[in-house]
Amino acid sequence: MQVHKYDVVIIGAGGAGMRAAIESGQRARTAVLTKLYPTRSHTGAAQGGMCAALANVEEDNWEWHTFDTVKGGDYLTDQDAAEIMAKEAIDAVLDLEKMGLPFNRTPEGRIDQRRFGGHTRDHGKAAVRRSCYAADRTGHMILQTLYQNCVKHGIEFYNEFYVLDIVMTETPDGPVASGAVAYELATGEIHVFKAKSIVFATGGFGKVFKTTSNAHTLTGDGMGIYARKGLPLEDMEFYQFHPTGLAGLGILLTEGARGEGAILRNESGERFMERYAPTIKDLAPRDIVARSMVLEVLEGRGAGPNKDYVYLDCTHLGAEVLETKLPDITEFARTYLGVDPVEEPVPVYPTAHYAMGGIPTNVHGEALRDNDHVIPGLYAAGEVACVSVHGANRLGTNSLLDINVFGRRAGIAAAEYAHGREHVELPENPATLVEGMVEHLRTAHGGERVADIRTELQQTMDSNAAVYRTEDTLKQALTDVQALKERYGRIAVQDKGKRYNTDLLEAIELGFLLDLAELLVNAALARKESRGGHAREDYPNRDDVNFMRHSMSYKILPDEVDPDAPLGLSGFISDIRLDYKPVTFTRYEPMERKY
Amino acid sequence: MTAVAENPVHDTSQIPAPEGSLTITVKIQRFNPELDDEPHWESYDVPALPTDRVLNLLMNIKNYVDGTLSFRRSCAHGICGSDAMQINGINRLACKVLVKDLLAKKGKQTTITVAPIKGLPTMKDLYVDMEPFFEAYRAVKPYLIAYGNEPTRERTQSAADRERFDDTTKCILCACCTSSCPVYWADGSYFGPAAIVNAHRFIFDSRDEGAEERLDILNDAEGVWRCRTTFNCTDACPRGIQVTKAIQEVKRALLFKRI
Repeated sequence: MQVHKYDVVIIGAGGAGMRAAIESGQRARTAVLTKLYPTRSHTGAAQGGMCAALANVEEDNWEWHTFDTVKGGDYLTDQDAAEIMAKEAIDAVLDLEKMGLPFNRTPEGRIDQRRFGGHTRDHGKAAVRRSCYAADRTGHMILQTLYQNCVKHGIEFYNEFYVLDIVMTETPDGPVASGAVAYELATGEIHVFKAKSIVFATGGFGKVFKTTSNAHTLTGDGMGIYARKGLPLEDMEFYQFHPTGLAGLGILLTEGARGEGAILRNESGERFMERYAPTIKDLAPRDIVARSMVLEVLEGRGAGPNKDYVYLDCTHLGAEVLETKLPDITEFARTYLGVDPVEEPVPVYPTAHYAMGGIPTNVHGEALRDNDHVIPGLYAAGEVACVSVHGANRLGTNSLLDINVFGRRAGIAAAEYAHGREHVELPENPATLVEGMVEHLRTAHGGERVADIRTELQQTMDSNAAVYRTEDTLKQALTDVQALKERYGRIAVQDKGKRYNTDLLEAIELGFLLDLAELLVNAALARKESRGGHAREDYPNRDDVNFMRHSMSYKILPDEVDPDAPLGLSGFISDIRLDYKPVTFTRYEPMERKY
Repeated sequence: MTAVAENPVHDTSQIPAPEGSLTITVKIQRFNPELDDEPHWESYDVPALPTDRVLNLLMNIKNYVDGTLSFRRSCAHGICGSDAMQINGINRLACKVLVKDLLAKKGKQTTITVAPIKGLPTMKDLYVDMEPFFEAYRAVKPYLIAYGNEPTRERTQSAADRERFDDTTKCILCACCTSSCPVYWADGSYFGPAAIVNAHRFIFDSRDEGAEERLDILNDAEGVWRCRTTFNCTDACPRGIQVTKAIQEVKRALLFKRI
C-alpha cells in the first residue's frame, strides 16, 4: 500500500473536478484522482450550451435566469443557490472564453447565444436566447478547455485511479475528512491519499437505467461511497429523463436542436407540444416534454412499427444549420440509426440523463452530514452534488453552468480550508474496507455474474422507476433491487489478476449502482406527489403542503461489523431512514407551473 | 511483438442472441502480462445484429465468455475517445463502427479482427500505455497563450476567425491518428499527428499569441518535418478532422516565418 500526502484531493476529472483543480491547484498542493483519463469524462458529451444572461443578442438579466431555474425546478430549487448560480454564470462564461473556449460568435464577434428549454424572457413571456454554445459540442469544448488549463497550471493527475472509499477521522466535534483510498487500475495496488480537504466530483449514476445517455462509467461511485458512510443523499427520487434520446439507444440529441427550431411530432405529424405547453411549446422544460412524449405513446399516437417513439423533425432547418450548428447530432442519427436529419425526422424517446439529487452541499460546496452540519474538509460539486440549484427538474444548460460555478467555488473553498491547517491523523488501517472488497472479489467463487445482475437492475428501473411511476411499479422495483442486492453477495469475477482488472472494478461499480437504485426507489415511494422529474400516476398533482421539502436518505448502518456481508460491506443490505430538509425561499412564491 | 498460435473454441452460448442476429467471428489479439510472454489471437463466434457496434460485441464477450478481456470504453458514442483500436486493420473507435459496415458482401466474410492500436506499448489485451501520447500533447503548449491585461468582457473574434481553426477543435485525443502514423511507429519520439493538431488549434486562433513558441517546438528534429504525408492520420480520424492538412498548414506557417 502506498501513501501520498496532498493538501487537496479532487476525485473526478470531469468539468467540476477540473474547474475545481484550476482554482485549488494555484492555491494549494493538489492531486486529481480520476478513474478515466481526464478528457474521457462525460462532460464531453454535453452538447447544447451553457446559459448566462450576457444579453449579447437580446435583452436578458440574471434575475430572469434565476426565476426560470426556480420555476423549472418546480419550486424545489433552493432560491439563494439559484441566484448565486445565475449571477455568477456571466463570469463563468467569460472565464471560459478567456481560458480559450472557442464559442460560436455573433456577426459582431461576441459570444453567440441561442434558445433553450425553459429559459425565458421576463418570467415566462417567451423563449430567450441565453445559451452560449460551440456548435453542439459545448461540453466537449468545456472539457478540453479545462484540461488545457490544467496542463497550463501543471495540475497533477493520477489517471485510472478508482477512488473506492474516503477516510474520515472522528473528532469531538464530529467527523472530519482526512483521506481517500484508491485502486490503481494498471497495477491493482491500493493507495491512500492523505488530504486536508477532499472534493467529490464524480458525476452521476445513469447506469442504473437501461436506456440512458450516460457513459458506461457513470456508476455513481462518489454518491455510493458517501451513502455507505451513513451520510445523507438529497432528493434521490428526482432523476431527469432527457426528451430526445435516439429511440432504442438513448444517445443524446441536444435540446439545442429545438432551440434552433426543430419540432417534436407524433405519428400523424402533429406538433403535440402545442397542446401541453401553448406558450413555449417544444422549448418547455425537460420534465414536461418527456412526460408529454410518453403520454403520446401511451395513448397510441407513437410512431414506428411498434408505435413506441415520436419524431424530432429538423428537416425544415436546412442542411446548412444542421451541418454548422448541429453537426454531431446529425452524425449520430446517420451513424447509429441510419436516418439523415436533413431528409427525414429522427425517431426519439426519453433517455435517463441526469441526477438532480446527490451529496447535499451548501453554496460553498461543503458537504452536509445532516440538515445543518458540514463535514469539515469535505466538498462536492457537479452532478454528484445537490446544492440544490436544480430542484425537482434541471433546466437544459444549467449542468454545464453548475460544474463551472460550483466547481470553482468548491476548489477555492477546499484550498482555503487547507491553508494553515495540519493534516488530520488517519484512523488505523484506513484501507481496510477497500482491501476487503478487492480481496473478496479475487477469491470469491459464487455463482452470480455481474452482467446478469446489472441487466436485471437496468430492466426493472426502466420498467418501474422511469418517467411515470406508481406505488405498484415502485414497490416492484424495490423488491427487485433488494433481491439483486442479496444475489450480489454471491457474485464472482473471472479475472483474478492485478493488471487492468476491469472485471473486478465493474463488480464494485455494480454495488454502487444497486445502492443508489434502492435509495432512488425508496425516496420515490415516499414522495406521494408529482413534481418535476418525479411523476406519479397515482398522485398526479404537486402537493406543496406535504412535499415542498427536500428528501434526505440515510442508510442505517449496523453497530457491529458483519463478516458475512456482501464483499465484506457491512450495511450494504440495510434499512433506509428518510428525513426532510426545508427548501430555501428568497424572492419567489410557488405558483402553478405553466408554460 | 507478433501474435502467434490460436486457441480452442470458446463457449459463447451464454451471450443473448436477439431475433435477426447473425453469427460473427471476432478475432481478438489477447495479451495478459501476468501469464503470457507475447500476444496471441483468440476467436469468439458471437451473435450480432447488423446495427450492433463492435463495442457491443466486445462487451458481450467480456460479460458472458471471458471476464478477463480488457479494453477501455466510456461514452459508447464516439465522443470520449476511450476505445480506439485496430478493427480489421484500421484504427477506429469500437463504439463508432457498426457490424453491418464491416460485413463483406453476400455473407462471405464474417470475421472481425480486433487488436490494440500500434506505436504505444500494449499493457493488456486492448489496453495501451497512453502516457507517451499525452506527453507529446502536453509538450506543444496546448492552451491559449495571451499577454497583456485581460479584457473585462469576452475577447471578440469574427465568425471567420473562429472558423479558421474549427476543424482542429474537434479532436478528442483518442490517438487513432498518431497510432496510425508509420513515422510514429518507427520512432516514438516524433510528436505525432494529434499533438500537431492541437498545436494547430491554437496557432490559428486569432486570440492566441503563442504561435511562435509552439512553432519553435514543432520545428524540432522530432517535430512537424518528420511527417511524410501518408494521410493515414486523416483516414483514421473518427471526428473527420483533416489531420494531414492541418500538419501541412503548420509546416507552411514555419516556412513563411523563416522566409
